[in-house]
Amino acid sequence: MATLTYRDALNQALREEMLRDDRVFLMGEEVAQYDGAYKVSRGLLKEFGPRRVVDTPIAELGFTGIGVGAAMVGLRPIIEMMTWNFALLAIDQIVNSAAKMRYMSGGQIGMPIVFRGPGGAALQLAAQHSQAFESWYAHIPGLKVVAPATPADAKGLLKASIRDDNPVVFIEGEMLYNLKGEVPEDDHVVPIGVADIKRAGKDVTIICHSKTVGPALKAAEALAAEGIDAEVIDLRSIRPLDTETILNSVGKTNRCVVAEEGWAFAGVGAQVVDTIQREAFDSLDAPILRVTGADVPMPYNKHLERAAKVDASKIQDAAKKVLYL
Amino acid sequence: MATKIVMEALSPTMEEGRLVEWKKTEGDAVKVGDVLAEVETDKAVMELVARAAGTLLKQAVAAGTTVPVSNLVGWIGQPGEAIDGEAAAPAAPVAPTAAKAPAPAPAAPVSTAAPVPIAEGRVKASPLARKMAADKGVDLARVAGTGPEGRVVKRDVESAPVGGAAARPGFVAKQETGPAYTDTPLTQIRKTIAKRLVQSIGPIPTFYLTTEIDMERAADLREQMKAVNGDQGKISFNDLVVRAVGLSLAQHTACNAWWQDDSIRYWNEVHIGMAVAVPDGLITPVIRNADQKSLFEIGAESKVLAGKARERKLKPEEYTGSTFSISNLGMFDIEHFTAVINPPEAGILAIGSIAPVPAVVDGEVVPRKRMRVTMSCDHRVIDGATGAEFLKTLKLLLENPAALL
Repeated sequence: MATLTYRDALNQALREEMLRDDRVFLMGEEVAQYDGAYKVSRGLLKEFGPRRVVDTPIAELGFTGIGVGAAMVGLRPIIEMMTWNFALLAIDQIVNSAAKMRYMSGGQIGMPIVFRGPGGAALQLAAQHSQAFESWYAHIPGLKVVAPATPADAKGLLKASIRDDNPVVFIEGEMLYNLKGEVPEDDHVVPIGVADIKRAGKDVTIICHSKTVGPALKAAEALAAEGIDAEVIDLRSIRPLDTETILNSVGKTNRCVVAEEGWAFAGVGAQVVDTIQREAFDSLDAPILRVTGADVPMPYNKHLERAAKVDASKIQDAAKKVLYL
Repeated sequence: MATKIVMEALSPTMEEGRLVEWKKTEGDAVKVGDVLAEVETDKAVMELVARAAGTLLKQAVAAGTTVPVSNLVGWIGQPGEAIDGEAAAPAAPVAPTAAKAPAPAPAAPVSTAAPVPIAEGRVKASPLARKMAADKGVDLARVAGTGPEGRVVKRDVESAPVGGAAARPGFVAKQETGPAYTDTPLTQIRKTIAKRLVQSIGPIPTFYLTTEIDMERAADLREQMKAVNGDQGKISFNDLVVRAVGLSLAQHTACNAWWQDDSIRYWNEVHIGMAVAVPDGLITPVIRNADQKSLFEIGAESKVLAGKARERKLKPEEYTGSTFSISNLGMFDIEHFTAVINPPEAGILAIGSIAPVPAVVDGEVVPRKRMRVTMSCDHRVIDGATGAEFLKTLKLLLENPAALL
């Protein structure tokens, strides 16, 4: 297995899928000539040419609409959002067109499209550019939402997303692009809707995804030093949600913490907690706790920003609370 | 529908209560929280309060009657309301907390707010604890909750034998893995015991329990093992005692505990400190998980530990963390003595010599090898009966030593 960055794992997935199926094309701001704002599409223009790697104007609603139209007539577009903050301008196309097309046409019109780009906060990009939108899209029937945490999952899930006949919202992490990890070289496809147990344990379940997986694993290490054996579940897919893995784990540990980068209100964790309380009520020994971003627009000040974000020690504290320690 | 008034568990150990005096007479209006009657529990006279508002319709038992917990003592409802047929019959053993709030009476002309069930009477327990308690047949009302605001959680139900659940059958050491111990906050009764007894004999209010154990069969067992295995299979009386104490402690977790001032740590693991004389004093190396080890393992380990102790080579982890101790002066021909508790442990067992004494067996006076053991108990943790039950198990095991193999 090769060790790749998250960025290069995504690049590998794009390239392999473009080679595999000539209906697949990439479109977005700076994706071609500049090799991508975060260099995810490095080398693709050279290899596939300007018909399949398309630079667009700064007009998110427009190029997203073009993508939706292309998917309607049988192509398999990948629309890159420079960041998901900018996709707010395109959300009408994603929610009102892409998500509903198959449903409203009675299945006559397909929508094999991927919307991808970095979500969540990086460092000191302030309130308008530091937002996690998973729960926004996961709210919409008709959309699949995935958010990989590791290079291997990034590659495998992007390939699965491109092959999926439904619109997929694929949320990457700017702070993850340089993360290195082993990536299988063969045709590595990770099915959508399957969570991954990143660390097995028996005392408490920590559910997380994307950028909270790292802190969750760190918290688990710190807990292990205190004799607490935490299980870390990376959701990988927000919708569909792998309830089986979640319930099996909580059935074993009886205690659960759900971490996510976004805000608490109507967040991903709220859905997870709802599922657990309904399906695993008799397994619970403590109320489930959530660790989320602070309920404020992201502060620019770096100390305040740090205080507003999820980190390992907050997850560790929550885990101890649900263990009544 | 009228609401039943039932005898509530007003102390952690209460099983029945004597209704000393009714404070409301039939026909009196009552509010939620009003004192209905005085009840003498096993410890004190307490107040039985109304869990619903309305009128005291009926006193089902007369003052002076002793009523089991959960059984009916009266009814509250709307004036003139009929009480359903089972009025005087003993109520089904519902938890006192399960008393239902009356549904708003359809005929009630005044628009008083409907009485709501009050939370104070409800046992707070996690869903898991509730399910486990139901499966195990543990009465949640009698379990001291260690979660926030006294919530009964998994660990409390797991350690429920302390609170009165059935003892584990058989002498098999428990194998399940779980937390090493459970810290149980002091119940009211334990707090009172601790306070009063420390005033009397402090700082550790110790009492002593002595029993004489017939060691004939244990001696036979030693001989048999020696005959079969030679010196390899040699086991000492001390090994037999350590193993028997380990198994007894696993059975009687209430004696395998630490006093921690604001809580009692009930250990689920059994670590036995073994007092060893050294030239300038004594030290207690620890045989860990003594209930899980065979006689041979215990024998080999105590030999190594005692040797290290005499050479002063014990590492701290080899002489700390014991949950109970044993002091054996039998080899010095001491018939009987009392040992000093090694805090925070709640008990220590003093082992005397094994000597032939005249005993009555089948109506004949015959010489029997007997051993006297005396347990020093910290009364804040261990009550007389609790300690006695432990010694009963210990005696049973040593007098039937095949159970130790």
